[in-house]
Amino acid sequence: MSARDEILGTIRRSLGVTGTERPRHSAVDERLAAAPKGLVPERGNLSGEALIDLFKAQAAATLATLEEVDGLDRVPEAVADYLRRGNLPARARIGDGLASLPWGATALEVTTGASDGRDLVAVNRAFGGVAETGTLALVSGPDSPTTLNFLPDYAVAVLKRSEITGDYETLWARLRERFGKGVMPRTVNWVTGPSRSGDIEQTILLGAHGPRSVHIIVVND
Amino acid sequence: MTAHVTSPQFKQNATKALADDQLQKAMSNVRQGFIDKRAAVAAKLPEFEALRDSARDIKNHALQNLDLYLERWEEKVTAAGGQVHWARTADEACGAVLDICRRVGAKTVTKGKSMISEEIALNAALETAGITPVETDLGEYIIQLRGELPSHIIAPAVHLNATQVESDFRRVHTHLDPQRDLSQPVQLLTEARGVLRDKFLSADVGITGANFLIAETGTSVIVTNEGNGDLTQILPRIHIVIASIEKVVPTLEDVSQILRVLARSATGQEMSVYTTFSTGPRRPGDPDGPEEYHVIVLDNGRSAMLGTAFQDMLRCIRCGACMNHCPVYHAVGGHAYGWVYPGPMGAVLSPSLIGVDKAGHLPNASTFCGRCESVCPVRIPLPKMMRHWREREFERHLSPATVRSGIAFWGFFAKRPALYRLATRAAMGALAWFGRRKGAFKSLPLAGCWTQYRDFPAPQGGTFQAQWKAKRGGR
Repeated sequence: MSARDEILGTIRRSLGVTGTERPRHSAVDERLAAAPKGLVPERGNLSGEALIDLFKAQAAATLATLEEVDGLDRVPEAVADYLRRGNLPARARIGDGLASLPWGATALEVTTGASDGRDLVAVNRAFGGVAETGTLALVSGPDSPTTLNFLPDYAVAVLKRSEITGDYETLWARLRERFGKGVMPRTVNWVTGPSRSGDIEQTILLGAHGPRSVHIIVVND
Repeated sequence: MTAHVTSPQFKQNATKALADDQLQKAMSNVRQGFIDKRAAVAAKLPEFEALRDSARDIKNHALQNLDLYLERWEEKVTAAGGQVHWARTADEACGAVLDICRRVGAKTVTKGKSMISEEIALNAALETAGITPVETDLGEYIIQLRGELPSHIIAPAVHLNATQVESDFRRVHTHLDPQRDLSQPVQLLTEARGVLRDKFLSADVGITGANFLIAETGTSVIVTNEGNGDLTQILPRIHIVIASIEKVVPTLEDVSQILRVLARSATGQEMSVYTTFSTGPRRPGDPDGPEEYHVIVLDNGRSAMLGTAFQDMLRCIRCGACMNHCPVYHAVGGHAYGWVYPGPMGAVLSPSLIGVDKAGHLPNASTFCGRCESVCPVRIPLPKMMRHWREREFERHLSPATVRSGIAFWGFFAKRPALYRLATRAAMGALAWFGRRKGAFKSLPLAGCWTQYRDFPAPQGGTFQAQWKAKRGGR
């Protein structure tokens, strides 16, 4: 008997089931189809300005930094200013999803594609933000390499104000709209602040393996 | 293959741990840090207790239908281009990893933190096959350098102080300047980051664990703070996930419910820094990501726990809150438990996985204070299950003669209530009289194990039964 059949067989014997019970199958299939929400904390149900305020406050609590700009066209300028403020070289790896922005209007030298580990700064387009914990959601794909979220020391994420949701559940609903029910992109990254570790004497230190710094640019649309 | 087990020597391990000054100093970090952080973050979320109920119910539902959810999950993994390998035992799981590594000619393997990997002793299997495993979680990296098991399920090096880590780094990182300053923890972190960055970029295979498997989408989920799990899985050509069967949950919504209690219970964060949902290998047009995605799904005795008194243990989401709040764990640390799972969750799980004959001491290492159950995010009745193990140990005559005769002696009185009341009243009166001056005993016959570490308080007032009777006013 294969390992698979034996494991499933033992599970069924232990549970006292055969695996052919109609009601069990329909209960499971209904749950998978309906994906009931469960309990959403009150703070996840905010809207309007209160929602954005919560996202900002929660992102700050995770030690991410945040700024707002008016329109996607203002992003390159904001990135250039951010690098200048941090005394960083005017160079960045950007996700293809941001390549059409007016980078030429700044003094920044930008390259696209996956990171090979030599980039100090990367700018990626986020899929969304979740206010309840100040979490960013980034989705892998041709326009948004996953390496940009982890290899550089400074990670900048760009998202529109309208892409910020109160709770994780609304984020999943948006994702299903884009990719279809039951289908996921290769990687969905939730990022809640800069990389950290508490493994030495339980002291939290930033910049363990991922970015030491996370900067969020919210585009007012 | 299973990691070396010293659980049968729990008593000797514990005695050694109590006399270990370095360990006692390190354990004070656990006592101070984790408990306050969890309490603070739980207080900030009014729905926290209700979310614990929700998380418990989701895991119960998934376990009751585990066969069906595993089948649905497997279909989705396959549809996304991934491969599922079923492993009955630790040996089969190691074998499946080695088969993949050998096929692609892997020399170096990076690893994200995985307790299943510890359970199956994967590093030893890889090394025997001539493949170099590199642990990349900072704590796991440190204990790999020292050849130790983790002493905590989410903070593997919690038993160490910074000076010990410094001397390990100096011993192993011989390519670096011997005069360098490593006096600050941040310098240790920066050094590990630099050394491991090269390993990430050159590894042939990346192995991670999984906090969850999602049946709806065929997704595996990892939760980390460092980002090491992500660098492990996006840079090499092959990504292997090792997970146990009970990790499967139905939907994205269900996993979101559980995530709301996981980090809060574990580190006292509202959410861990990186929660990563991985589904299959790199897609056409993707600029990065692994070309192959494998999941090894391990049983190793879990399927037989279903339908028994220990089924509830399979709800465990490995947050570590039970050990963070356990007075016994605080006193002896994780290594005393003698295998990979320490603390209350280990005291319940280890006898199921390696046998009550080997791990029977662990469920005895509890005061039954109940703190573990009171903080468990999925409300596992840990004390009740430890009691089940004690009963089994007794029934199988595995407990030592002194314990058995002690219990028999107590049982003689307990079965004769009048005699019991008389004897306890007499014993209490005698103790109260002898201890009347200092209110405590520095030493006491038959209680040497207690008085060696702390004074034994002299009884005050009446017996419990007498006090109870007075309190109830004869109702």
